Amino acid sequence: MRNEAFKQKLGFGVLLLATLVVVIPVLAIVLLVLVKGWGALSWTFLFTMPQDGMRAGGIFPAIIGTFYLVIVSIAFSLPVGVMAAIYLSEYARDNALTRTINLAIINLAGVSSVVYGLFGLSLFVVFLKFGVSIIAGSLTLGIMTLPVIITTTREALRAVPHSYREVSRSLGASRWQTVRHTVLPRALPGILTGAILSVGRVAGETAPILFTVAAFYLPKLPTSLSDQAMALPYHLYVITTQIPGIPEGFRYGTALVLIGLVLVMNVAASVLRSRYRKRR
Amino acid sequence: MTAGRTKISVRGLSVAYGRIQALKGLSVDILENEILTIIGPSNSGKTSFLRCLNRMIDLDLQARVKGSVTLDEIDIRRGVSPEDLRKRVGMIFAMPIPLPLSIRDNVAYGPRMSGLRDKAALGRIVEESLRAAYLWDEVKDRLGHPALKLSGGQQQRLCIARTLALDPEVILFDEPTSGLDPISTAKVEEAALELRKTRTIVLVTNNTKQAARVGTRTAFFLMGDMVELGPTETIFTAPRDQRTEDYVVGRFG
Repeated sequence: MRNEAFKQKLGFGVLLLATLVVVIPVLAIVLLVLVKGWGALSWTFLFTMPQDGMRAGGIFPAIIGTFYLVIVSIAFSLPVGVMAAIYLSEYARDNALTRTINLAIINLAGVSSVVYGLFGLSLFVVFLKFGVSIIAGSLTLGIMTLPVIITTTREALRAVPHSYREVSRSLGASRWQTVRHTVLPRALPGILTGAILSVGRVAGETAPILFTVAAFYLPKLPTSLSDQAMALPYHLYVITTQIPGIPEGFRYGTALVLIGLVLVMNVAASVLRSRYRKRR
Repeated sequence: MTAGRTKISVRGLSVAYGRIQALKGLSVDILENEILTIIGPSNSGKTSFLRCLNRMIDLDLQARVKGSVTLDEIDIRRGVSPEDLRKRVGMIFAMPIPLPLSIRDNVAYGPRMSGLRDKAALGRIVEESLRAAYLWDEVKDRLGHPALKLSGGQQQRLCIARTLALDPEVILFDEPTSGLDPISTAKVEEAALELRKTRTIVLVTNNTKQAARVGTRTAFFLMGDMVELGPTETIFTAPRDQRTEDYVVGRFG
């Protein structure tokens, strides 16, 4: 008996250790960025244009650029991804075609982000003649997030008990009415989770926007979807590796803003989700 | 106890799931305003039979159905859409499954899906249906509460009310009291007996006593065949087939 108790303690200890291994880097990153970047934050840094080859002034256009990219790419990928997931989970039969589509989705998730960038360059920038623009970058990012949205949406739909569908159909509801009024409302919190994950990814990716939208230095705000834009992750890369003499605070300040932006959007979406859950 | 005209006519009905034959060419007429109770051990095809009558069996992609079913002499596979059919032939499942909505919205679900938007009319339907299911007095002050908070017995009566809201001509009960206590069971049976006055009822049950209590006629199913069909009293007192007798007296091995 004693031996079993010891084994149990040891087992829990190992599991706890594994959990700490996950948590410690997260805390370390946040702390490092906070400590080193906090001093750089100021009204000027957040809300003015960069000056003096980005060695002075602010990062306002990069913040706005990232914001645009998130909004436009989610506006594209959320509806498309959700509709595809609904089709796959509620309508499609299990046949060779569906299995091929599933395989494609899994593979799409495994493609490296720089390849998405190259793809976006050839399809949107060159072939469709969008030029290096917010729309080209957003679509590239949107396609990159599609697998995440499809997979999480499908899991959310699958988590809705089959019996609800049976009941709804037995009451004379059509398949679409059942999806619309019984399945989707139950799955919405899960779908939102997928959207949240995508927002974080879109805001943080550098490679897909490298050739499709990102401007090295553009001290003005974009006025339309066909404009180039600065974006926080690319800006961070530029000021870290490409330009000598940048104050260290600028780098960590930029990183802090990037993390903060994603955090704010995540919290907002989580609040939305829990509100929705409570309402029912 | 006068038998009405034929409401549902089943001819040569077979159901197969892959290689497994669940129903083997069954023919039966279900009469208006009767309670046809179907008894039999598990896997005898009772539920498959029931699900053919409102085409819920179509949701099971594995199932292959042969034979014909007519409702008021109209072929249910040709003369009517599955949605309209299910509004006329309602179904109560073995487990009460309230949708994750309020009590009111559960009952109003069917009528809403058929396009009814008028609030006053929906309110009337909700009240009438809950009354007919003997649930109104218990829930009238909390129609906006989640239906999932109700007790099991109340949930099953809610499901009956939800089906009644569509004013179906036929109601199919699939072992509706298998998960309920005796008092809740009595209430469900009372509701079924009351409904019989205006509707046709088919009730599948594992509980032979229940079949004897509420049935007008009773059918005994065994391994996909209908062994015997007759007035409930006859089935339980003087069955013609030895297997029926063995089953109703509980000597079934």
